[in-house]
Amino acid sequence: MCLGIPGEVIELLDRPDLAKVNVSGVRRAINIGLLENENVQPGDWILIHVGFALSKIDEDEAAAALAFLEGIGTAYTDELDALAESNIE
Amino acid sequence: MRFVDEFRDAEKAQVLSGQIAALCEPGRHYSFMEVCGGHTHTIYKHGLEDYLPESVSLVHGPGCPVCVIPMGRLDDAIYISEQPDVIMTSFGDMMRVPGGKGSFFDSKAKGADIRMVYSPLDSLKIARANPDKKVVFMAIGFETTAPSTAMTVLRAAADGLENFSIFCNHVTIIPAIKAILDSPDMRLDGFLGPGHVSTVIGCKPYEFIARDHHKPLVCAGFEPLDILASIYQLMVQLRDGRCEVENQYTRVVPWDGNLKALQVINEVMELRPYFEWRGLGFISHSALKVREEYAKFDAEEIFKIPGIRVADPKACQCGEVLKGVIKPWECKVFGTACTPETPIGTCMVSPEGACAAYYNFGRFTRERVKEATRA
Ligand code: SF4
Repeated sequence: MCLGIPGEVIELLDRPDLAKVNVSGVRRAINIGLLENENVQPGDWILIHVGFALSKIDEDEAAAALAFLEGIGTAYTDELDALAESNIE
Repeated sequence: MRFVDEFRDAEKAQVLSGQIAALCEPGRHYSFMEVCGGHTHTIYKHGLEDYLPESVSLVHGPGCPVCVIPMGRLDDAIYISEQPDVIMTSFGDMMRVPGGKGSFFDSKAKGADIRMVYSPLDSLKIARANPDKKVVFMAIGFETTAPSTAMTVLRAAADGLENFSIFCNHVTIIPAIKAILDSPDMRLDGFLGPGHVSTVIGCKPYEFIARDHHKPLVCAGFEPLDILASIYQLMVQLRDGRCEVENQYTRVVPWDGNLKALQVINEVMELRPYFEWRGLGFISHSALKVREEYAKFDAEEIFKIPGIRVADPKACQCGEVLKGVIKPWECKVFGTACTPETPIGTCMVSPEGACAAYYNFGRFTRERVKEATRA
């Protein structure tokens, strides 16, 4: 829950506050309403907490954060499993 | 490739380690508190204390929201989940946290409908799918999760949902830091500021720490090198006799935070006059409640919760751990009666908890050996 996980926006969805995001291979709808003023576009990287994007990040940071998360083991895989179960609309 | 990366990092870590050591004044001791549980996790996972000179120590702070929930609040949540037609929803992290009468998992085994969700929006979806049930979301977390809860309430209001509410246990980081600064047993030289909380609140709210308490704070990222670099920045400030708020994690943390997130929190929630923190006691203005305008979505209003208060178990020393007064392994039940499988205290439950971090990475045995050889 406290882990911020990076994901890449792949597609904007019909609701203005939703985007489809690829997080370590898991593709899920994520709420981008908190980045309303940041003009989120496909190809952007975002930091996600509990289904919401909290900030835009650059690709290098995303790569570094992913490498770090992959290293921490179960805390991250549990979070990804939970995300895979998630079905936000 | 990974190996090469790690090797290069280890080399950089050594360089930083040497720079930190060079800044130590002979005879002076330095203690820095890492406020955030994520940092605690990194520090133990990577054995960062081994890169620090003897005279620099790290103290774990209260920044794990699961760890600070008092048992009584969990008992209240369990009371709600036992009411007719209720579906309680919670982040997985909360499921094993022991209350006075067991955990969510125990209640679920006894028949309560308690479901794990990834996001409060998943909970909203469960509410839509079950119009004849009352769906409650167990809302916990610092400012990283509060905006998500607030957005979910706004969405429920916009959709006119009648069967969704939140049991609000959101806490705010600044009053906890204040309480620690005011605590008489605390001698700290500076702080590593939380990374992700700061993406929301920004760096400004920490300025009182520098101004009124004359301690430096550096907002730090989560990788081993981020933490070492932040400690270096703190040491440089101390050498120069400066106390400032600095941002090491500019890659992610904007100085002003996320204004939209702050605005939605403020729209839906307000500060409680006081809130009990596990181990730290009552701290004024340290938690959020649902505003009256959104009372329809406030489980505390709907269910008239009993407001249970339970004293922490006698053996439990989480309070001292959360304030950084003792190291986890100094707690008498650490690793014996209290383990991640059978936690007595909350610090052993969440992977961000200091006790769980110590336990999982087996650092305590080595610490004990070190202590023993010193004695
Ligand atoms: S070992 Fe258990 S009881 Fe002791 S401080 Fe840690 S979590 Fe609390």
